[in-house]
Amino acid sequence: MTQQEALFRYAVRMGDNSLVLGHRLSEWCGHGPQLEEDIAQANIALDLIGQARNYLTYAGEVEGKGRSEDDLAYLRTDRDYLNVLLTELPKGDYAQTIARSFLFDAFHLPLQQALTTSTDERLKGIADKAVKEVTYHLRHSSEWLIRFGDGTEESHNRAQTALDDLWRFTGELFIPDEAEELLAKAGITPQLDAIKKEWSATVDRVLQEATLKRPTDGWMASGGKKGIHTEHIGPMLAEMQTLQRTYPGVEW
Amino acid sequence: MRTEAEIRELLEQVKDPEIPVISIRELGVLRDVKVEGDRVEVTITPTYSGCPAMDVMQQDVEQVLRAAGIERFNVKQVLSPAWSTDWISESGRKSLLEYGIAPPPHTSDIRALKGDAPVTACPQCGSTDTVLVSQFGSTPCKALYKCNACQEPFDLFKCL
Repeated sequence: MTQQEALFRYAVRMGDNSLVLGHRLSEWCGHGPQLEEDIAQANIALDLIGQARNYLTYAGEVEGKGRSEDDLAYLRTDRDYLNVLLTELPKGDYAQTIARSFLFDAFHLPLQQALTTSTDERLKGIADKAVKEVTYHLRHSSEWLIRFGDGTEESHNRAQTALDDLWRFTGELFIPDEAEELLAKAGITPQLDAIKKEWSATVDRVLQEATLKRPTDGWMASGGKKGIHTEHIGPMLAEMQTLQRTYPGVEW
Repeated sequence: MRTEAEIRELLEQVKDPEIPVISIRELGVLRDVKVEGDRVEVTITPTYSGCPAMDVMQQDVEQVLRAAGIERFNVKQVLSPAWSTDWISESGRKSLLEYGIAPPPHTSDIRALKGDAPVTACPQCGSTDTVLVSQFGSTPCKALYKCNACQEPFDLFKCL
């Protein structure tokens, strides 16, 4: 794998993580448990989809085959999507949505912080913008997880169940694929071990305040980084891509 | 042929579509204007990665230039250096307040970004007895507050 190929895969991965999670969060629009949360999730989704645009535009340029952000978002099938599995799981109940966002945000923030010192101008530029947005995202998901954990018996149990169910999807975040290894070695992107330490500290701090138990590490699911996904991403992409697939090249 | 100052003057007409009292210069979105011969290059920077107003602002800039008879121009969006609310001008902050939006705390106030919500004065009655309702308001750049004194809800331009 050349450095250019690795950079393409990396930009696609970063874009897909944000796009897929952004789409999942956007599913709350009009269905939020309260008006403020409906608005909050739509705002967070907008931040993520904006980041995805930046990454996918860059990926298209690195690839050099003339693919635009829209081509990459709307005209790839699931096997070409490189997001981690955690981001594609259904939104579930609100505890599941919050727990998933928290586990991802706690990873996303130190990653974006590290990318603000990347030697790659564009990755740095995108991170400089994204890092402040993601700071707000992590605050939002942490506060709600604490509220659920430290709330009623019902909310506590739902939050714990959500964490237990999602835990097996957290291992993949920190296992580098070939592209990530190559770029980390070249000093362009951070080592995922270092990100894991920060993630783990955030998880411990927030779960303790939330009176929730950190699940024990067991079997971990993976595959998303190679394009091997759960059964959930197909229907999601079908919905997301239906307009471009039905009317190729349509603009409005 | 126009000078850079004339182009900047023209672009004063371009407002934030969501907050039509503040120009893109006052907002800090307008980063650079270059004139080379009959060619104009305008550089703008997004507030938030996903700000839907950016494309509208870009179209508005293009429209203003075209209406002024400028044919050769390029409007480009750059990400770095990253936009910060500290770039909103003093006159911009005043316009926000008059429009009913509390201007953002300075980023040097680290609490604004990381910790507790900063003390925010109500843009309607000036009371500081206000409470954060949600970090996410009517647009990505705003948080929702409520004033305990006059009971009015209001937006705070979020520190970024």
